[in-house]
Amino acid sequence: MSVQQALIDYSLRLADNANVLGHRFCEWSGKGPMLEEDLALSNLGLDLLGQARSFYSYAAELKGDGCTEDDLAFLRDANEYKNLLLVEMPNGDFAVTMLRHLLFSAYYLPFFVALSQSNDKTLAAIAAKAEREMAYHLRHSAEWVIRLGDGTEDSLKRMQDAIMVLWPYTGEMFESDEIDQQLVDAGVAIDPESLREQWHATINEVFQRAGLVEPESVWMQTGGRTGVHTEHLGFMLAEMQFLQRSYPGAEW
Amino acid sequence: MAEPVQFIRTFQSDNDPELHRARAAAATVCDPEVPVLTLEDLGVLREVGRGLDGEVVVRLTPTYSGCPAMHTMREDVLLALQSIGLVTARVEMVLSPAWTTDWMSEAGKTKLKEYGIAPPVGLAKSRGLFESESVSCPRCDSTDTSKISEFGSTACKAQWQCRSCKEPFDYFKCL
Repeated sequence: MSVQQALIDYSLRLADNANVLGHRFCEWSGKGPMLEEDLALSNLGLDLLGQARSFYSYAAELKGDGCTEDDLAFLRDANEYKNLLLVEMPNGDFAVTMLRHLLFSAYYLPFFVALSQSNDKTLAAIAAKAEREMAYHLRHSAEWVIRLGDGTEDSLKRMQDAIMVLWPYTGEMFESDEIDQQLVDAGVAIDPESLREQWHATINEVFQRAGLVEPESVWMQTGGRTGVHTEHLGFMLAEMQFLQRSYPGAEW
Repeated sequence: MAEPVQFIRTFQSDNDPELHRARAAAATVCDPEVPVLTLEDLGVLREVGRGLDGEVVVRLTPTYSGCPAMHTMREDVLLALQSIGLVTARVEMVLSPAWTTDWMSEAGKTKLKEYGIAPPVGLAKSRGLFESESVSCPRCDSTDTSKISEFGSTACKAQWQCRSCKEPFDYFKCL
């Protein structure tokens, strides 16, 4: 695989993660548990969509075949999407949504910090911008996980249940394949394994404050990064892509 | 986002009257979401120069990755440039270096406070996971305030409330 192709795939993975998770947050609009949180959830989604646009635009530019950020977001099918399975998990209750975002942002914050030093100037610039946003995301989700874990009997149970649902999807964040390896060697990408310790320390601290228990070793799901998804992604894309599929080229 | 175009000359480096006029026009455009701040106050107006083709180029940097106001800002700057006869001038977005509230002018911070929005406190730094901030009420200056939510009505604001005068207020997040 050429470095150019690896870079396109790498940018698409980052774009798809942000886009899919951003869409999940958008699904909360108007349904948040209270007004402030409704706004917060939409804001989280907005940051992610902004990041997705930057990564999609870069991927489109690298492809150089005239495709646009919109084509990449709205005209690729589920098996072409390269996001982590974690981000396509349904929102579930508020506990699941907040835990998913804690697991994600505790990884993405150190990831963006590292990526802001990438040899690839565009990826570095996008990461430097996104890093500050992600710090807010991590604080927000961590505070909620603690409040719910250290809350009522019901909120604790829901949080612990959410951990059981989502934990098997955390392993995929630390996988790497030849795309990663090739770009790590070029000083462009970040070795996911190098983020594991910091991610785990953050999760551990939050869980301790929240009175939550980390599961013993569990079977880890995999596949999203190579286009093998859960059944949930197809339903999401069907809704997200409806307009462009039904009215090709429609513009706002 | 493509690499920024090279400038043959910039607003600072040269006494090119047209560039000075272009900069003055772009500098007065207001943020559509916080209309008391100009793009210059906000620090998103990065550079004005001439591209290799001799065309006037205004360089802006986005505040937040997903800030929906950026599109409007770009259009408003183009309109301002057209209104002084620069019909072929361009606006270019640059990501690097990443925007920070440190670039907000002191005048801008004063205007924000008068408008009822608490300006960003101190310099931007990475706040630790459980680190909090101390924000003064823009109405009564009390420091006895509490955070309601890290997120607010726009990407750049958080919601706070004053315990002294009870006023809920927006805080322009330090980023």
